[in-house]
Amino acid sequence: MAEADAQSFWSRYLFSTDHKIIGLQYLFTGMFMGLVGAFLAYVFRMQLAFPGAHVPLYGVVTPLQYNALVTNHGAIMIFWVAMPILIAGLGNYLIPLMLGCDDMVFPRLNRLSYQIFFLSAVLILVSLFVPGGGFGGAWTAYPPLSASAQYNHTPWGAPLWLIAVALEFVAFLLGGINFITTVMNARAPGMGPLQIPIFVWMVVIASVVFMASVGPLVAGAIMLLFDQLLGTHFYDPKAGGDPLLWQHLFWFFGHPEVYVVLLPALGIVAEVITVFARKKLFAYKTILYTSFATGIISFFVWAHHQFVAGIDPRMAHLFTITTLIISIPIAEMTFAFIATLYGGSIELRTPMLWALAFIAEFLIGGVTGIFLGANATDIYLHDSYFVVAHFHYTFFPIAVIAGFAAITFWFPKMFGRHMNETLGKIHFWGTIIPFNFVFIPLFVLGAAGEHRRIYSYEHFSQLFTPGLQNLRVLATVALVVMLLFQFVFLYNFVRSWIAGEKAEPNPWRANTLEWAAPSPPPHGNFAEMPTVYRGPYEYSVPGRPLDYWPQHLPS
Amino acid sequence: MTRAAEFHVPLATRRSATGIPTGRLALWWVLASEIVIFGGLLASYVMFRLHHPHWAEEASHTNVWAGGFNTFVLLTSSLFAVLGHQAAEHGDGTRAARFLKLTVLGGLVFLGVKTVEWSGEISHGFTIYRDLFWTFYYTATGLHGLHVIAGMIVLWLVARDAGRGKNLHRVELIGIYWHFVDAVWIFLFPLFYIAR
Repeated sequence: MAEADAQSFWSRYLFSTDHKIIGLQYLFTGMFMGLVGAFLAYVFRMQLAFPGAHVPLYGVVTPLQYNALVTNHGAIMIFWVAMPILIAGLGNYLIPLMLGCDDMVFPRLNRLSYQIFFLSAVLILVSLFVPGGGFGGAWTAYPPLSASAQYNHTPWGAPLWLIAVALEFVAFLLGGINFITTVMNARAPGMGPLQIPIFVWMVVIASVVFMASVGPLVAGAIMLLFDQLLGTHFYDPKAGGDPLLWQHLFWFFGHPEVYVVLLPALGIVAEVITVFARKKLFAYKTILYTSFATGIISFFVWAHHQFVAGIDPRMAHLFTITTLIISIPIAEMTFAFIATLYGGSIELRTPMLWALAFIAEFLIGGVTGIFLGANATDIYLHDSYFVVAHFHYTFFPIAVIAGFAAITFWFPKMFGRHMNETLGKIHFWGTIIPFNFVFIPLFVLGAAGEHRRIYSYEHFSQLFTPGLQNLRVLATVALVVMLLFQFVFLYNFVRSWIAGEKAEPNPWRANTLEWAAPSPPPHGNFAEMPTVYRGPYEYSVPGRPLDYWPQHLPS
Repeated sequence: MTRAAEFHVPLATRRSATGIPTGRLALWWVLASEIVIFGGLLASYVMFRLHHPHWAEEASHTNVWAGGFNTFVLLTSSLFAVLGHQAAEHGDGTRAARFLKLTVLGGLVFLGVKTVEWSGEISHGFTIYRDLFWTFYYTATGLHGLHVIAGMIVLWLVARDAGRGKNLHRVELIGIYWHFVDAVWIFLFPLFYIAR
C-alpha cells in the first residue's frame, strides 16, 4: 500500500486506525502492565515471606503501601493485563483477519478506544505516586473503606483509581461495540455464523457479556465517586445508605468479568489445539452453545461472593446451585478439547505446550472453585488464601498461559518471523513449574486459616508457625524464579522480532483466514476479499492429499 | 496530520452481512449499554425506595409541574427529530437540519426549566446532602441531563452536516438516540416526581 508507506512515523504507529497496529498497541501495553503487576506481586510476597525486611529494588513496605500494592496488583492484572491482551489486543488483531475483511467497521472509534485505554493506564500508574499513596481498598473497592478518605487515607489515590477503572470500562465498551458490529456486518462472503472461528465467537460473547454486566457497576462507580468527592452517603449506613449495594453492583459485573476473560482464553486454546492435533475441533456447535450458556449463567452467580456478608441463607442456596451449574458448560468445553486431542497426531510445539498446560492448570482452578461455590465450605474458606490460590489458578492460565499460547502461536503472523523453539520451551517449563510451587502452598495456607490482606503474620502466633512461614518463603522463592524466567521470553520476543527465522504465511498449516494473508499482513490485509467455502476446522479430511483445507480454497 | 491516507476508507466500513446498516447496528448496542447503566442506578433506587417509606414525603417536595412540562418539551422535541428523519429520508437536508435545530431548542428549554427547578430546590434546603432520596434524585436526573447535553451537541453537529447535504443517514441515528434520552426521562419522571 503506497499511501500507507507515505505516512509519518506518528500517524503510522501511534495514531494509526489500522486494527493490527491498534491490536499490537494493546498487546504491548498489556505486556508492560503485566511487568508492573508482577513487580508489585514480588514486593508484597517478599514482605509476607520476610516481614519487615528491606525488599531489593523497593525498600521497606509499610502497611498502607502493602494495601496499595495488593489492590493495584489485582486491578492491573485484571483490567490492564488480561483484558487488553486477550480481548482487545488479540481481538483487534485477529477478528478482521479471521473474518477476511480489511479492518474494523469503525476504525477511528477503535483508535479512540485505545487512546482512552492508554489514558486509563497512565492514570492507574500515576495513582500510585500521588500524595497519600495508591488506593488500598482491595481491587473490589468495598465501601465504606473505599468511600471516604477518613477511612482509607488516600484522598487522591482512591478517586484516581476509580476514574482509571471507569475510563478502562469506557474504552472496552467502545471496543466491544466495534467487535460485535464487525462480526455481525463485515464477514467475508460465504462466512455464515457456523464458519466463524471459535476465538471470534468467544470474543463476541465476552463483549456482549461485558457490555451487559458493566452498566450497573458504572452506575455504582458514579455513586462511589460522589461518596468520595462530594461526601454523599450512598454506601454509608449511618445516613441510610447500604454498603451491600456496592457488593451487589460490583459482583454483578465482577463475576461475569471472570467469564469475559475466560471465554477468549478458551477460544485461543481451541484454535491452538485443533491445529496441533491435526484434527477437526470436536463438537464445534456444542462449544458454541455452551459458551452462550456460560455467558447467560454468569449473570446468576454473583452473590456467591457475599455468602458471609449476611445474605439470606435461602438465597445462598440458590446461588450455590447456579455456581455449581456454571461449571458444567466449562467442563464440557474442556472435555471437547480433550476429545479433540484424542487420536490426533499431536505436535508438541511451544503454543501447544501452553494450550495443554492451560487445560491442566485451569482444571485445578475450576475444581477448587467448587469448594468456594458451595456456601457451607465457603463460610470457612471465605477471604482466606485458599480463595487467592483458587482464582490465581484460574486467572493465571487465562491471562498468562493462554496469552503466551496466543503470542507464540500468532507471532509468525504478526511479525513474519518464528520464535525460537528452544528458548520457548525453556520459558514454558520455567514458568509452569514455579507457578505450581507458588500457589499450591497457598491452598495449604488458606486451609490452615491464613486470611487475605494481612500485612504481616508476626502478630498471629497460630499463623506464624515455622511450617506455615516456610510455605510462604517457598511461594515467594518460586515467584522470583518464575519472574526471572519471564526475561527469557522477553529476550526471545525481541530477538525473534529482529532476527528470527523467516516464516511462511501459513507456518502451522492452519485453515483459518488469517493465515491466508501475507505475514505480516499489509495495510488492508488481503489483496482481495476472500470467499469462504467451509468451516474453519477441516483437518485430516479423508481423501485429501493435504491434512488441512483452508477456508478460502474452492473445492 | 490529516493526509490522503486518513481518508483511505476500509472496505469493512461499507459491508453489511446482516443487511442492517452498520451505524444503526452499533447505535442499538450503544443504547443497550446505556440501558444497563441507567438500569443499575434505577434498580438501586427502587430497592432503597421499597425500604424507606419516608421517601414519599421527601418526593412530595419535587416540582411535579416543572417535571410534567419538561416531559412535554422532550416528547415534542422527539417529534421534531422524527420529522427531521422524514425530511432526510426524502433527501431534503436543509429541512432536516431545521427540524434538528428545533430538537436542540427543545433540549435547551428542558435544561433551562431544570436549572430553575434545581436552584429553587437547593435554595429551599433540598440539597444533595439532605437525604438519600435527594442524592439519588440529583444523581439520576443529573446523569440524564448529561445525556441531554451530549445529545444536543451531536444533534447540532449532525444538523450542520445535514444542512450541507452530507451524512443524511446520521439524522436517523441521532434521532434514535434522542428517543432513548426521552424514554429514560419517561422512567425518571414517575419514579422521582409522581410516586408517593
